[in-house]
Amino acid sequence: MAEKITIGELHLSGCTGCLVTLADNYEGLFKLLDDYADLVYALTLVDVRHVPEMDVCLVEGSCCLDDKLSVEELKEAREKSKVLVAYGGCAAYGNITRFCRGGQWNQPGQEAFVPISEVVDVDLYIPSCPPCPQEVRNVAVMAYLLLKGNEEQKNLATAYLTPLMQLAQRGNEACGCDLMYDVINQGLCMGCGTCAGTCPVRAVTMEYGKPNVNRDQCIKCGACYAQCPRSWFNFDVMNNYEGIMDAIKGAMQ
Amino acid sequence: MDVLGNYKSAISARSTDKDILKKAQDGGIITTLFAYALEEGIIDGAIVAGPGNEPWKPEPMVVTTKAELLAAAGTRYTISPNISLIKEATRSYGLDRVGIVGTPCQIQATRKAQLYPIGMRDVDDKIALALGIFCMENLSYQALEAMVEDHCNQKMESVVKMDIGKGKFTVYTERGAVSQMPLKLIHKYVQPGCSVCLDYVANLADISSGSVGSPDGWSTVFVRSTKGNAVWDGAIAAGCFETKPIDQVKPGLDLVTKLATEKITKNQKNVDARKTIGLKADGTPKGLRNPYESP
Repeated sequence: MAEKITIGELHLSGCTGCLVTLADNYEGLFKLLDDYADLVYALTLVDVRHVPEMDVCLVEGSCCLDDKLSVEELKEAREKSKVLVAYGGCAAYGNITRFCRGGQWNQPGQEAFVPISEVVDVDLYIPSCPPCPQEVRNVAVMAYLLLKGNEEQKNLATAYLTPLMQLAQRGNEACGCDLMYDVINQGLCMGCGTCAGTCPVRAVTMEYGKPNVNRDQCIKCGACYAQCPRSWFNFDVMNNYEGIMDAIKGAMQ
Repeated sequence: MDVLGNYKSAISARSTDKDILKKAQDGGIITTLFAYALEEGIIDGAIVAGPGNEPWKPEPMVVTTKAELLAAAGTRYTISPNISLIKEATRSYGLDRVGIVGTPCQIQATRKAQLYPIGMRDVDDKIALALGIFCMENLSYQALEAMVEDHCNQKMESVVKMDIGKGKFTVYTERGAVSQMPLKLIHKYVQPGCSVCLDYVANLADISSGSVGSPDGWSTVFVRSTKGNAVWDGAIAAGCFETKPIDQVKPGLDLVTKLATEKITKNQKNVDARKTIGLKADGTPKGLRNPYESP
């Protein structure tokens, strides 16, 4: 067993659902911590007060510009991590915090919440609200292979993580409208139903085989577009789905 | 990977179940496999294109019995967004082992949901059997209506079977009328999203099936994954299918290869053409997004 990588979770303006999602791997989380990653920083899970150096930093929540500490800690986390991940809809796209206009308890004076890429460079996105335990597990395993694996494992991890890195380059605004703008208007939708099946708030329904978004319900988490097989479909990874799934399963045994 | 994808075996097959054959599109492969998998406990339920609230309009549904399966048997040549139930099946329906049938793109969506379960919590290890059907292209419901009612002059509600084969779209009515239209006329009705698809025979399914390559009433079957192989062997051992070696039937794999090659060649051209659809002020090309390159 090669040495482990170090992972931290920086908790900004989020609801802790992303952190709970990490814990939702149950015994899988223990396996990750036993063999692949040391958790060096995380609210409630690790008793460490200051942002340490780490390989991978998962940032949960958007960044409140009215809160100096959030901005400072985010910048510090960027400086101290090799890979900075926008973990969940809020960090990646603002998500539900996009709707904040101040006046809420217990900080009525705070209203400017932005996706973290407004403040720092982000390497990788894991969208959705909350993200799925299996996805953060996959990213953790791939990050381990990328940093500690042999040539073949590094190549696999690179291929796997590339679309999530491209997603980070694509921008920080998400909405069910993406299905219209970037899939249907681009002539790419074939009506598979993935977006409707994915939406955590059931804002997407299929009408005559195409998605219809209830925009009042949409929380702007980015799940529908990221999950859509026509946002990206990388044959170098997908054609090897059996092998990769077996490898991840094997790693988690 | 060639145009037929990876497969362990290719067979021509037909269900031995008379009830299924009566309702099936061709050899009843999908219905029979799901019936067998339900019976054996390989799956708890399957997501299929069931009957919808308009004639020939499918509705994705979760079925758990053979009777429900039979009600969904046969092909409806229009969109059924089956993946919309993939997470729901594991939640409201409480399934731990999900069967799903889909077109090649839907099987691609299934594999993406398993490899990148971004908004698909707890789905990745619950897909117990993914069956794919051959697909050249798909049509919106309104397009199907135009073909049946305008081109073939039949009412949607009086049609009992639709079929595509030998260069024609054919409808059979309850009174025994048979109306046809040339397949080349349906081109303008095909949904645009199909024009970038590079998969004809559901390369990523556990088992794929379609009529092309086999005689009337039979289907061509590709057994692809380890899981698919185990299910197929079990179904054969249980006497679910009559089979013939694929190299002993007409027209055989040559036709499947020919059609797959045609589809993929044509659609790769469409994908490539997107790169240079427009022009920037400086004369360099302006393109549309390529889903096979980046989001």
